[in-house]
Amino acid sequence: MLKDITLGQYFPGNTFIHRLDPRTKLLMTIVYLVCVFTARTPIAFGVVALYLAIMIIVSNVKLRLLLRGMKPLIFLLALTGTLNLFLTPGEPLVSIWRLSISREGIEWAIMLILRITMMITGSFILTYTTPPMALTDGIESLMRPLKRIGVPAHELAMIMSIALRFIPTLLEETDRIMRAQKARGASFDTGNIIQRGRAMLPILLPLFISAFRRAEELAVAMESRCYHDGEGRTRMRALQYSRDDALTGLIGLLLLGSIITLRVTGL
Amino acid sequence: MEQIFETQRLSFQYQTEPGVSGALVLKEIDLSIESGSFVAIVGHNGSGKSTLAKLSNGILLPTGGKVYVEGLDTMDRTLLLEIRRRVGVVFQNPDNQIVSNLVEDDVAFAPENLGLPPEDIRRRVDAALKAVDMYDYRLHAPHLLSGGQKQRVAIAGIIAMRPRLIVLDEPTAMLDPQGRKEVIDTVKQLCREHGITVALITHHMNECIDADRLVVLSDGEIVLDGTPVHVFTQVEKLSELGLAPPETTALLFALGQMGLNVPLDALDVTACAQTIYDSISK
Ligand SMILES: Nc1ncnc2c1ncn2[C@@H]1O[C@H](COP(=O)(O)OP(=O)(O)OP(=O)(O)O)[C@@H](O)[C@H]1O
Ligand SMILES: [Mg+2]
Repeated sequence: MLKDITLGQYFPGNTFIHRLDPRTKLLMTIVYLVCVFTARTPIAFGVVALYLAIMIIVSNVKLRLLLRGMKPLIFLLALTGTLNLFLTPGEPLVSIWRLSISREGIEWAIMLILRITMMITGSFILTYTTPPMALTDGIESLMRPLKRIGVPAHELAMIMSIALRFIPTLLEETDRIMRAQKARGASFDTGNIIQRGRAMLPILLPLFISAFRRAEELAVAMESRCYHDGEGRTRMRALQYSRDDALTGLIGLLLLGSIITLRVTGL
Repeated sequence: MEQIFETQRLSFQYQTEPGVSGALVLKEIDLSIESGSFVAIVGHNGSGKSTLAKLSNGILLPTGGKVYVEGLDTMDRTLLLEIRRRVGVVFQNPDNQIVSNLVEDDVAFAPENLGLPPEDIRRRVDAALKAVDMYDYRLHAPHLLSGGQKQRVAIAGIIAMRPRLIVLDEPTAMLDPQGRKEVIDTVKQLCREHGITVALITHHMNECIDADRLVVLSDGEIVLDGTPVHVFTQVEKLSELGLAPPETTALLFALGQMGLNVPLDALDVTACAQTIYDSISK
């Protein structure tokens, strides 16, 4: 069950997208997300979907992995879809008991599901093709101008990269604690939601305690390795834009331009 | 010989609550470590070993006395980085020392903190990974490695700082016998071949056999100090301190108590067998 969580996982490769500067990929992801939420018409969604499809093909990310990453979100998708289907006001098409489905409701539900799916798939491509450290380096570098207004860019990036580093460790630990509790007769897959929730408590408590202990030990270990703060720190892999990044940027501008044009013209 | 590390009447007590100090954990310890040597430190639980490790690089500061690293006083906060790059400390749990999702990025962490140019960092990372024999794993994710491999990565992360002294606080406590052997062999090699001074804190007496010197801590005091043979042959004193000598010494001691006249100073298995053989065939 915990194996399904692929958040923040990187799959090594050497494709065009793998080789891009992480800053380019971050900016492109932002552009892409803006496009996903600006698109309203089938043509606009078609353009964004085409871009996404090209990304998936070029990055050589296995469709199976993308689908597996979506699995934990199916419930969320179904819920938002259903709510929008019934709760969007408009001219009713079908009425069942007190609930009615309108044309607008159908459109909204489809659009929302499309948006969420595209948003998540696009973000997955970013994390699948970029090593976490490169990602946080990119975030730090992009946020550097914000330092002047007091945004702790380096610290935020460090927090993020450490969180990513500890996800597998904590998942492993959760698995271990669950098995230990199961061996003592606990059950996590039976009963109603409240019973299941209550069964999780004996897992969360030891997990939190151990996470705090880990944090303390990690802080000591980092200080022992001369960590002080971002000041004067260098990197083994300096970030470097290349011609590919310029080309990608151009594609991004093109995408953004066309989606905005489509939105303005209402096509 | 040059002393690389020195404590003078070092005392320490933890603050249990703000303003309230607990019992003395270390009591006026005088300990000097000779450059290039391999020193093992043992002691029962709570004897102050980890505290001493954390005092060695200024994570903790003495509440009495001094700690000097190549003559630098750890109380002087302006020297903190200079001290930490000279004394590398490896801790018990490798999972809680590794900061990156990629082995070589993790090893690069300390040199990056020191602000070295990228080419230097790359060179140090490669050398450190080769020194612990983990170069082939440089692009792996640490959480998929075995315990022994993780701990070797953690050691590489320390030697990439090029420290003069490495302090290892029970680096094998969480490992299986195979991992334990990997780590101890690596540590010995670092000392013998790379000339790094090693202070190994451990619970396993077998890991101390090849040390140049063995220091026994008890309740914050140094109670025994000498070559492993010198310390281990004091079997009665050791058991008083709640410590067991290596099996070889224990065996020879038991034989001696049964009336067989054998010397106790054979620490490794072959030497021990030879001693017994000699005394029987006499
Ligand atoms: N953060 C702390 N706050 C208060 N007391 C502490 C703290 N850490 C350790 N102590 C106490 O200091 C004493 C020495 O602890 P230390 O961890 O140095 O022992 P140790 O020799 O490393 O033991 P072990 O073999 O169990 O690792 C113990 O009595 C312990 O309870
Ligand atoms: Mg300890």
